Amino acid sequence: MQAITQDRSELMTFLLGRLSLESIPYHEPILIGTFAMVALGGIGLLAIVTKMGKWGYLWREWFTSVDHKKIGIMYMVLAVVMLLRGFADAIMMRMQQAIAFGPVEGYLPPHHYDQIFTAHGVIMILFMVMPFIIGLFNIVLPLQIGARDVAFPFLNNFSFWLTAAGAALIMASLFIGEFATTGWMAYPPVSGIKYSPGVGVDYYIWALQIAGLGTLLSGINFLATIVKMRAPGMTMMKMPIFVWTALCTNILIVAAFPVLTAALALLGADRYLGTQFFTNELGGNVMMYINLFWIWGHPEVYILILPIFGVISEIVPTFSRKPIFGYASMVYATMAIALLLYLVWVHHFFTMGSGASVNSFFAIATMIISIPTGVKIFNWLFTMYRGSIRFTLPMMWVMALLFSFTIGGMTGVMLAVPPADFVLHGSLFLVAHFHNVLIGGVLFGVFAGINFWAPKAIGYRLDEFWGKISFWCWVVGFWVAFGPLYVLGLMGVTRRLNHFDDPTLQIWFVIALCGAVLILGGILAFLMQIYVSIRDREKLKDTTGDPWDGRSLEWSTASPPPAYNFAFTPVIHNRDAWHDMKRQGYERPTSGFQNIHMPSNSATGIVLSALCALCGFGLVWYIWWLAAASLIGVVATVIVHSFKYDHGYHIPAEEVARCEDARTAELRA
Amino acid sequence: MAVKLLKTLTLMPWLATLLFLGGCGMVVLDPAGHVAGQQRDLLVATTALMLLIVIPVLVAIAWIGWRYRESNPKPDVGYAPDWEHSTLLELLMWAVPLVIVIAIGAITWIGTHTLDPYHELTGKHTSEPLAQGKPALQVEVVSLNWKWLFFYPDYGIASVNELAAPANVPIKFKLTSEDAMNSFFIPALAGQIYAMAGMETQLNGLINTPGTYKGFSANYSGEGFTHMDFDFVVSRKADFKQWVTKVKSEGDTLTRARYQALAKPSINDEVQYFASTAPGLYKAILNRCVDPKNMCMSEMMHIDHNGGRPLHHEAPQ
Repeated sequence: MQAITQDRSELMTFLLGRLSLESIPYHEPILIGTFAMVALGGIGLLAIVTKMGKWGYLWREWFTSVDHKKIGIMYMVLAVVMLLRGFADAIMMRMQQAIAFGPVEGYLPPHHYDQIFTAHGVIMILFMVMPFIIGLFNIVLPLQIGARDVAFPFLNNFSFWLTAAGAALIMASLFIGEFATTGWMAYPPVSGIKYSPGVGVDYYIWALQIAGLGTLLSGINFLATIVKMRAPGMTMMKMPIFVWTALCTNILIVAAFPVLTAALALLGADRYLGTQFFTNELGGNVMMYINLFWIWGHPEVYILILPIFGVISEIVPTFSRKPIFGYASMVYATMAIALLLYLVWVHHFFTMGSGASVNSFFAIATMIISIPTGVKIFNWLFTMYRGSIRFTLPMMWVMALLFSFTIGGMTGVMLAVPPADFVLHGSLFLVAHFHNVLIGGVLFGVFAGINFWAPKAIGYRLDEFWGKISFWCWVVGFWVAFGPLYVLGLMGVTRRLNHFDDPTLQIWFVIALCGAVLILGGILAFLMQIYVSIRDREKLKDTTGDPWDGRSLEWSTASPPPAYNFAFTPVIHNRDAWHDMKRQGYERPTSGFQNIHMPSNSATGIVLSALCALCGFGLVWYIWWLAAASLIGVVATVIVHSFKYDHGYHIPAEEVARCEDARTAELRA
Repeated sequence: MAVKLLKTLTLMPWLATLLFLGGCGMVVLDPAGHVAGQQRDLLVATTALMLLIVIPVLVAIAWIGWRYRESNPKPDVGYAPDWEHSTLLELLMWAVPLVIVIAIGAITWIGTHTLDPYHELTGKHTSEPLAQGKPALQVEVVSLNWKWLFFYPDYGIASVNELAAPANVPIKFKLTSEDAMNSFFIPALAGQIYAMAGMETQLNGLINTPGTYKGFSANYSGEGFTHMDFDFVVSRKADFKQWVTKVKSEGDTLTRARYQALAKPSINDEVQYFASTAPGLYKAILNRCVDPKNMCMSEMMHIDHNGGRPLHHEAPQ
């Protein structure tokens, strides 16, 4: 590529930076195949939307919407799309590792393989699980605290599009240039300009910077929402546990994401400006990056799992028909985790040569976290104890989660013992452990949450049959895929290898591949579940608004809720607010409606994010004019937006009355 | 001591099971090395301690789920729709994990200190008596893109992608890197430690049984990372002496120029021997001044330490 760049005229270099025809990986058949599929699928989708004349609808009702429920659903869609991409990476890795033994090199050259495991990690954590989590916050949180929307509705829309812009940059790297070959942590010096001169790490940096900004803004938004917008009567100790975990999570987001931004900014400065923060030269030190990265990275792990603790704490009481056991313990456990997790980041690199006392400190701090985590598991157990448990899909997912998360937690403590970590660090045992908590914990919880709240968000339940197939494929597939990795880790096999010499290992990798295929079945069944549910939406329709006999406020309103959520702001007297209202013989008000003030839709978020993505693309390819122009565009758009004195609109009382009357009729039917 | 005691008291069956599994090639559970063996013991001890609580929890999840299912045909299993608090139970569920964490924390503190990789091993760890005060074998390790270079300062020799050592002799590794960060790992020996450019880490280990063990990098370092493995040949003392003689007779000299050529990225390198090495080469690599044009980091730090005055400044007038 160097030679080609030199031959190009100055004009071309000005216009296109280092982008050239050579950057399109048309010599890679796998990528071309993927591109063809994505392109055909994309064109098909665009054609259908155009043919149905839905562009205006999509733009008005979804893309520019500031309604938290719709933004939540858009987050979910983004997460599912990225799940498919991340899983495609996963199964390609599994295939490579299952066949690349002895004389067989496998079908992926190192350069391609290294990009795949990097993309897999980045996508699964930041563009799959994070959107799922923030999507759940969006759908559930304002409803649970009896609010009409989040504190900053426009900011919410903007946050979503920033995340989408980051995802778009990562997807672009698949077909234009390359992605980083550094592993998802992008440790220098491998991620420095000397060892990674290509565009891969730059894609990584700008995708994460843009999406990270979105996450930070959404963290601020939810924090303000929880602190300021709870319905009257809902004191802190009357908040549902999901709201508590969301509160802690968003505190973590606001505290931790700026660290990532700073670390990546310094790495970017090394790559773009010739600074030497993390290089081997002139006093640069890789250990600083690794510390900064995990000061963000460890809280990030809990940003993923804490909301899931909240999800479980909503599902278990509902399906056990009992209040959560030990509410206060639960709250203190959550807060304890949120504080302690700042004191454990060194456990990601015990093997860096810190002294025994430093390592012991961080090890024991890590173990202490398992106490409040254990308390939570006991709380859920005692909630089920003396309950009347209905094993619907959400509860099934929770049961599977309790099993696998307990085991994943145990292997985590094993890794937290420094002398043990010295033999297991960076091994497939570690890989098995964090998939154990990320799939067996977070993802199972996400599926539980999706099945639980889908009726609320879209107005009909998800199909049980395909849901159960998906469940069993995922649960069995997970253990078949990751059980062997535990074994391989104990055999001393390290991660990220693309070839093996020892033929006795092969059988374990083949079993793991079978597990991945089962998980593929689980994903396909999940897509089928969505399709069947949409097809049979009339049959599965939830007319009550309370399909599970729920306990918290979101079930008191219609499914899906009207734009204004609650015609009258509810007043809370009890922790299980809706359960209490039902018990006290609560009657819906059917008259006396008033005008409801609502925020207006805005296209600014999507425009700003598109400009940010363009700016990122320009920076990745050294197309400076594009980067500068889009940056100016961003500033100009912000200025223009700040002069919009649109204070929203009112839904007239008659409209509210019409809406509520329709629900009254539906409830009677 | 505490580790030993706990192990004998509670964990014999588990240890036996795990050792049985270790028989199927699980080197981490059945290592030959003295330190790795203790690391395994600690791993097994903490796991067993946790299983004390994890197994009851797993059983409870299944049992409670089954017994209190709505469809349970038994008429009265004791559904208590408002039961949500029990001071005793809540105390217990904080206390029981706390007790277990105190136990694990204690053995972690002790184990982390006794098994500190910087902790030098002495003759008492060997299976056959070792002359008192006999020094450890010194090995200086450099990770290169993508191969390992081993200096043996006691013998003035060096090797690439093959490490040899006598059995029953403590080995003291000092490690650094030329380029990427790698993790030096021989699972059978003593755990892993990062090798980082411009910095030095240490590792101490000892193997009682002669044999050929696998070593590799356990931290991804780029394109050739997969093939950054090497053989760790542990032999009887006489055989090791022979190996040294072989290196001295077969190899040539590792000069600074030769080193710079060797440091160029390459994948799947053959084993190479060097009969002699340029004086102070390892120190120069560590201080990033193999190229004489570069100032050594140690020198720069010395200047900084002196408040910016040059190293051999003239006495003030």
